Amino acid sequence: MSRFGLFKFLDRVSSKPAVRYVTYSISVVFFFMLILIPPILGILFKWNQVGQIFEDPSLQARALGAIYASFGMALFVSLIDVVAGLPLAWFIARGKSKWLNALDTLVDIPFILPTVALGYSMLLFWSQPQGVSSLFGTILISPGWLLVLLLHFVFSFPIVVRVMVGALLDYQIVYEEASRTLGAPPLTADRTVTLSILKPSLVSSFILAFARSLSETGATVMVAGIVESKAAFENGPVFIFLTGKNSAAAVFVSFVLIAVASLIFAVITVLGPRLKLPTKKVWPVFERRLSGEGFAFSRSVVTLLLFFFVVLLPSLFVALPTVSAITNGTFAQALSSAGIWQGYWQSLILSYFVGAVVTLINTFLGLPMAVLIARKRVGALTSTILDVLINVPLIVPSIALGASMSFFWSNFAFIPETALLVFAHIAITYPYFVRAMSSAIERISMDLEEASRILGAKPFTLFRTIILPLTKYSLFAGALIVFTRSVDETGATLAVVSTLKTAPVLLVDWVKGTVKATASDVGLGIGFLVILSFAVLLVMRLVVRGKERRY
Amino acid sequence: MPEVKVENVSKKFGQGKIVAVDNVSLQIRDKEYFSLLGPSGCGKTTLLRLIAGLIQPDEGNIYIEGKLVNNVPPEDRGIGFVFQTYALFPHMDVWDNVTYGPRVKAWNTQQSNKIGREMLEMVRLYERAKALPHELSGGMMQRVAVARALSAGAKLLLLDEPLGALDAKIRLELRYEIRRLVKDLELTAIHVTHDQAEAMAISDRIAIMRKGRVLQVGTPQELYMNPQEIFVANFVGEANFLEGYVESVNETGAVLELRGRLHVKVLDKNKNLGEKVVLAVRPEAFEVWKGHRKVQNALSGQVERFRFEGTNVRYEIRLENQDLVVVTRPTLAVEWLDVGEKVTVSFPPDKSFVFTYPSKGLREELIAE
Repeated sequence: MSRFGLFKFLDRVSSKPAVRYVTYSISVVFFFMLILIPPILGILFKWNQVGQIFEDPSLQARALGAIYASFGMALFVSLIDVVAGLPLAWFIARGKSKWLNALDTLVDIPFILPTVALGYSMLLFWSQPQGVSSLFGTILISPGWLLVLLLHFVFSFPIVVRVMVGALLDYQIVYEEASRTLGAPPLTADRTVTLSILKPSLVSSFILAFARSLSETGATVMVAGIVESKAAFENGPVFIFLTGKNSAAAVFVSFVLIAVASLIFAVITVLGPRLKLPTKKVWPVFERRLSGEGFAFSRSVVTLLLFFFVVLLPSLFVALPTVSAITNGTFAQALSSAGIWQGYWQSLILSYFVGAVVTLINTFLGLPMAVLIARKRVGALTSTILDVLINVPLIVPSIALGASMSFFWSNFAFIPETALLVFAHIAITYPYFVRAMSSAIERISMDLEEASRILGAKPFTLFRTIILPLTKYSLFAGALIVFTRSVDETGATLAVVSTLKTAPVLLVDWVKGTVKATASDVGLGIGFLVILSFAVLLVMRLVVRGKERRY
Repeated sequence: MPEVKVENVSKKFGQGKIVAVDNVSLQIRDKEYFSLLGPSGCGKTTLLRLIAGLIQPDEGNIYIEGKLVNNVPPEDRGIGFVFQTYALFPHMDVWDNVTYGPRVKAWNTQQSNKIGREMLEMVRLYERAKALPHELSGGMMQRVAVARALSAGAKLLLLDEPLGALDAKIRLELRYEIRRLVKDLELTAIHVTHDQAEAMAISDRIAIMRKGRVLQVGTPQELYMNPQEIFVANFVGEANFLEGYVESVNETGAVLELRGRLHVKVLDKNKNLGEKVVLAVRPEAFEVWKGHRKVQNALSGQVERFRFEGTNVRYEIRLENQDLVVVTRPTLAVEWLDVGEKVTVSFPPDKSFVFTYPSKGLREELIAE
């Protein structure tokens, strides 16, 4: 069948209401059967085991301690991310230097790096003799709660900065100008007017940083100070990792993490907009002084120093062992697949294979869901409910989600581990794609669709010639996020499979010493992962730019 | 002493490629209601923002009450500013918006409350003190914006197209209300607008701006009755423009030869013999009769179009030299003419203006933007 013939056939088919109904139904059923229901049922299947934990007071105390540690760490990290990220976002959005574009790009580095790379880099920088500790003659920060805090701070920092830069650039500066003409010095104007108007973005960035901290597993395991099944710092993901995903304790902790995380996010979503920032009280003399050029300069210097020395430098430190591995023979070993490297390449291929499959499935089955939500095809209330539900995998810790999915799928022994891995990764990454696409489709005026239909376009042609071209950038961006997130995912992978190892999981084993690997091996393994991730990013960006230029 | 003095001020954007304000000098007197009038993009808002301190001049100086304020931030200039979009703080109710200025200047609560109440009562919105901006109509938001701008005791009020977003009827009502407020409070006001009727109705003096420059400053009557440039004659009111040459000059005036060898007498004797000129006559300056009439400055023509405009009727008359003139006559004053009717039009010599023909052409000179 020629392409034209295929399009005609699809047009004919898409005109039938029954076909559209089936398409949307499949996407909804897919979401419920593969993403939402399995974790819930998984917990229910193992519910009878949960009681076991209460028979072991020390295990119970340890489990509760891990849960408190997860939420406490996430809360504290998110707060300091917002406090530290906001001045940098302000500096980038309002600054006038030609170097700001470069700074803007550098801010994204901790976000783009695979988290295992970030974790190893932080470990080397802060806790190993070859890092900053060499300047002090002693280990500056040992693996434990402080290193975990720094790690979580660093990988959530770009999220806060990105969200707030966007908000500041969209913000109508006329409100700040009005405030200044009424006598408010810049700091007072920013505090009493700008921040209040940007409050929704502050809340969003807090939620995103909170979710990220709560969910992070692979890198946390690297820096938590695990020695012989004991950790210097044990949060929920570390606890599940150490006790084994099928243990009663893991079921209990998974359940509590999912339930409490969902509750916290619901509360923040409802109460966040009602949060009142202190705008009535002013300290004119004090705030006028702080608005002065000297103080503003000092603030910028401190902000930049913090970014460079606490965020950027530790993130990039992994480049050193990677470079030395190239020169000391490890590179040749790696290319020849000698020893542990055979396993590495297999893991890497598995990671990218799973990433590609997950991206394809999410794209084809996520698109109809995105249309359903954006165009409210099932009514406003149902679309809103779906809109809320698709966020659930975003806000629960991935290891807990993976564990609960594993509890469910273990009842179906015929399903191969590769498929389980794909299911888990689909669940983790699905919201990213649907969110990106539904927002993009919402931005397209209904007038364009109506004009197309009046001119005779059938639903498939309308989608192909109007919706798709206008959302192609979001489609690629969404697919890219899904792919990189899947390749990077550790927690859910650890929870859902036992024999298969993706590249990030293998690297965690190398760092922990489960597999004997030298520092050069680890550095190079991480280096390959980083370079390939950047290469994929670059290719995708070039493809998108190329398609944009054609228009 | 002038309240505001702008001295050779220039402002450029786009790395110097766009000259928004070009060597402007102005003096605005104490307690004067002064308007900056011009088409979109002429630099009037930029000039206002320079006076407010929201942007800094590239060249020149700005003085407020005799003090150089180039490096003084907006919060220290003692101004009130009404924005085109009102810029009411969306997260604060009317009361908090209006008392914002006194609060950030650390006035005590009693003072803040007193001035807040006074301002809201002045604009008749005290009973809406608890309303949020999105609950107000456009006219209400504009009044709250004015009340807020005045609440911190500013003596200089800057208004950036404050009525631009309102419908015609509300605009008409509010323009006089703003002027009344300003005069009652003995403030100095600088009002930016592109609406010449608005500027003429409420201003003590007006500066006409075009492409970053001030073309003429004067009272509304001066600008209307004595425009110094073709653009001013066209922008303030309406005018017919006829091209011609100076045929003769004597003590009482000059004779111009228009196209088609038509001759008219004018009082302007400052042009040179043979010089190419543009004659401007306002539509209401013309007289028109049916048929042929022997009068001074008589021009024969035919009615091409007719429009009833309420208080006036408007005729488009094609002269015998093919120039088209617009003539407006009071509806009730004269007998109406029919389309196609042959007529004579004339104008008194003292009700015309003569300009040197512009080097870039008449069309270029008349373009508003």
